[in-house]
Amino acid sequence: MPAVHDRGGLPADGPIDRSDHQWEDWEHVTNALVGVLRRRDLINVDELRRGIEAMAPEEYESSSYYERWSASIETLLVEKGILTEAEIDAVAAKLDTEWER
Amino acid sequence: MSDEHPPLLHAERSRRATRILAIRQLLVEKDVVTTDELDDIIVRARARTPADGAKVVARAWLDEEFRERLLTDARAAVGDLGYQLSHDTELAVVENTADVHHLVVCTLCSCYPTSLLGPPPDWYKSFAYRQRAVIEPRAVLREFGLELADGVRVRVVDSTADVRYLVLPRRPAGTQGLGEDALAELVTRDSMIGVAEARSRDRV
Amino acid sequence: MGTLGFRAGDPVTVRATEVDHHHRTPWFVKGKQGKVRLVHGEFFSPESRAHGGDGLPKRRLCQVEFQQRDIWGVRYRGSDDDVLLVDLFEHWLERP
Repeated sequence: MPAVHDRGGLPADGPIDRSDHQWEDWEHVTNALVGVLRRRDLINVDELRRGIEAMAPEEYESSSYYERWSASIETLLVEKGILTEAEIDAVAAKLDTEWER
Repeated sequence: MSDEHPPLLHAERSRRATRILAIRQLLVEKDVVTTDELDDIIVRARARTPADGAKVVARAWLDEEFRERLLTDARAAVGDLGYQLSHDTELAVVENTADVHHLVVCTLCSCYPTSLLGPPPDWYKSFAYRQRAVIEPRAVLREFGLELADGVRVRVVDSTADVRYLVLPRRPAGTQGLGEDALAELVTRDSMIGVAEARSRDRV
Repeated sequence: MGTLGFRAGDPVTVRATEVDHHHRTPWFVKGKQGKVRLVHGEFFSPESRAHGGDGLPKRRLCQVEFQQRDIWGVRYRGSDDDVLLVDLFEHWLERP
């Protein structure tokens, strides 16, 4: 049974959806964060992939591309002690409150 | 950025989106990253388009020496045209001929030559493409509208590691006398991934 | 490493090992035989760098060509001449 990211040759239903979505702001931010963190040698692309591959299979499959990056960035920053889950929880809750207003 | 996009509806912002925005805010507060650097990367990422790859292809069609160099030492060849590849990935160019057609995929993630093509299209990152391209490339090509002639071999390239692959499509017939810019117009993103051929002159 | 010294034209078999750590060898080539088409050069080992290591020693990265029929058998829908190229690190390759 291949790992969830190892997808070559797995059965696929139906045609390839060729529509492109407009990038949302947070997707640009995610992409740029990886760029800066790589420049700073705080994360590398192999770690980023490992963080993605560590996602629960059902979460991997139901997430969009940059949602997977987002999950991996969080895993790595917490693992390296650069941020804590509690800090992220607190700011995320605040952002959600502002968002709902 | 927000002036270029309509504000998102609440229901559209996922948990992961909120968390990455929280992470961004915290990293800026802690001086791990600066907003200037982030903005700089966003601007530069947006500036990269398949037009860069198209110029490389057009030059290869016109300049035999450049073509040979591109196929054997792609980094140096595109460097001559002013394109800087990222320091940690290499570039390889595979050439379509009358006998062999190349198709590029990354089954493990979504490796793609962004330095020359910009960000990959969504379909390139889709499970359907990653799953199907290696086992039924001809069906995938047919779906993209490309029916290969009998006797043409398909060579699928799974870019699993540090090398990014660009396809050098065949030069369309009837393009003698065209200059580099006119030729570059015929080179589509899809033709450099290998799911299409370059446009013929009458279809520009 | 690098003692195996694979060169273009060498037949190789991909190690059929299942590992839990991050690695870049797709499942469908494990245990399959192919032929080295070219050697790209040496790169940091992703298996080390993904888990906090320094990526050393660098590993030679080989572009290996497989016959599609050898990979997928009758499931492959296409010509018997169709091939698949996969970039594989040398420590995943053995002489058959």
